[in-house]
Amino acid sequence: MITVDRLTVSYGGFTAVDDVSFVAQPGRVTGFLGPNGAGKSTTMRVMVGLTPPTSGSATIGGLRYADIPNPGRHVGVLLDASAQHAGRTGREILGLGAQMMGLPSSRVGEMLELVGLTETESKRRLRNYSLGMKQRLGLAHALLGDPSVLILDEPANGLDPAGIRWMRGLLKGYADRGGTVLLSSHLLHEVEQIADEMILIGHGRIVAQGDRATLLASHGTAAASSLVTSLDNETLGAALAAAGHAVVPAGTGLKVAASTEQVGRAALDARVVLTDLRDGGQNLEDLFLELTSTTQRDAISTGASA
Amino acid sequence: MSAATLPPQPVLDVSATSPISFWRTVLVELRKSYNTRAGFWYLFSIGAIIALVETVILIVSLVQDEPVLFEDNAFIAGGITSLLLPVLAIMLVTSEWTQRGAMVSFTLEPRRARVVLAKLVVSLGFVLATLVVMLVVALVTTGIAELVQPDLTVWDFSVELFLGFTIFQAITMTIGFAFAALLLNTPAAIVIFFLYWYLLPVLIAWAGSISDGIENVLEWVNFQIAIGPLADWDMNTGEEWGKLIVSGIIWIGLPLGFGIARILRAEVK
Repeated sequence: MITVDRLTVSYGGFTAVDDVSFVAQPGRVTGFLGPNGAGKSTTMRVMVGLTPPTSGSATIGGLRYADIPNPGRHVGVLLDASAQHAGRTGREILGLGAQMMGLPSSRVGEMLELVGLTETESKRRLRNYSLGMKQRLGLAHALLGDPSVLILDEPANGLDPAGIRWMRGLLKGYADRGGTVLLSSHLLHEVEQIADEMILIGHGRIVAQGDRATLLASHGTAAASSLVTSLDNETLGAALAAAGHAVVPAGTGLKVAASTEQVGRAALDARVVLTDLRDGGQNLEDLFLELTSTTQRDAISTGASA
Repeated sequence: MSAATLPPQPVLDVSATSPISFWRTVLVELRKSYNTRAGFWYLFSIGAIIALVETVILIVSLVQDEPVLFEDNAFIAGGITSLLLPVLAIMLVTSEWTQRGAMVSFTLEPRRARVVLAKLVVSLGFVLATLVVMLVVALVTTGIAELVQPDLTVWDFSVELFLGFTIFQAITMTIGFAFAALLLNTPAAIVIFFLYWYLLPVLIAWAGSISDGIENVLEWVNFQIAIGPLADWDMNTGEEWGKLIVSGIIWIGLPLGFGIARILRAEVK
């Protein structure tokens, strides 16, 4: 339902977003993943009309954001939980939002309850909120108008582990009811567990997109790889080498350029007892770091062996 | 990348949603003006200062058997608000940027011009509120004087003077608003506003004293002087109107125009 089409945003000579295209589908959680400064927030700001695009477009349900009447009723937005007047109480911030969207003020209490902010907390001023509380309030604000699309920038930032799990459940349920959820993060683990679809962005460009399996299949190492530990690594290693598989020692076991099935059969034939056998292929984190490595602030030694 | 394999995208059905009315935007902006700690206490302080000053003046007048004029009492209250109220108009605009609320405001109402205009309407609404406060305060203080010293109490009331004051006050607010929109920074806007409003006329007058030629030109620039006759409800000649319009464009039109254009185009972060 969110369509980004060949979007480019340049500041003078610097290109923050470079020819980005993707679609976030209804009924799914789309994770927007990339290191700091990759262009996630800029892309999201363009979606809601806060930043003008240099070229290309972003539409929501086929409409430009500015063409959506009373947009808060259709698109829930949380770009920065701290971007609210620090001198207002949480309840008052939601009250203003509800009034602007033409909602009954009873909605405020419902949302506070939904995000788990207590009556006393809601009467505190925003400057006294922890980051986690601000995120909950921001999420409540985004959900006020019962929108069908959610755009959330780093919503899990500052939440405690219980809060992250709670949010995961909330967004999952929201998508299951047919909503479109786009959330950004620089933490893979956060997104991996909730997103049906992932968009990896680095240096303003999309480096990969798809669901977990597609990503690994299209970008992971094509050759199979297994990690195996046995009671007799030497014999097993020799048997595997004889079968034509490359074998290198890895920790207490071996890393073999073969599928787990092949290793299992070789072990069976060589009558060696296996104590551990698993897929040693690239995981999503390796892939993420590798794909965005040119844009990482800290150089990563990509030990891509296999 | 995988765009070709995606099913057709559902379209957002907005037929049942009506746009946000301007009136609702105004009400929300009005609420914003007093629901922060700063806004609330600022309004409270203005009220408290007026009450204090009026009380002191009334007591002094009564003790010394001086005459008490309804108009004096009204304009003392008016003078205090005209000094302090523009700051509220400034805060209404700048706090959106310094406190970064603009991000939410312009997401809920992408038609930014309406939000800015609503703020201007609220600012001018405060001018009308000022008028009510002035009259009530004057009514109470003069009423007390009437009870104590009826012979020395004057109830004269000139509608023109109040009308002139209202327009003057509205323009003062608009100038504060214009600088706020132009600078988007509370302290800078307040300082520039006061310098402009109270120091610049002095400088212009001083510059005008150098030669008649300069003075003739500056008369068309000095808004503070040009508005004088209007505030006193004494606009007679076409030249006076001309000076008011020309200097008004320079001092209100330009900053307001550039300020609003800046807000409409700005990238909100």
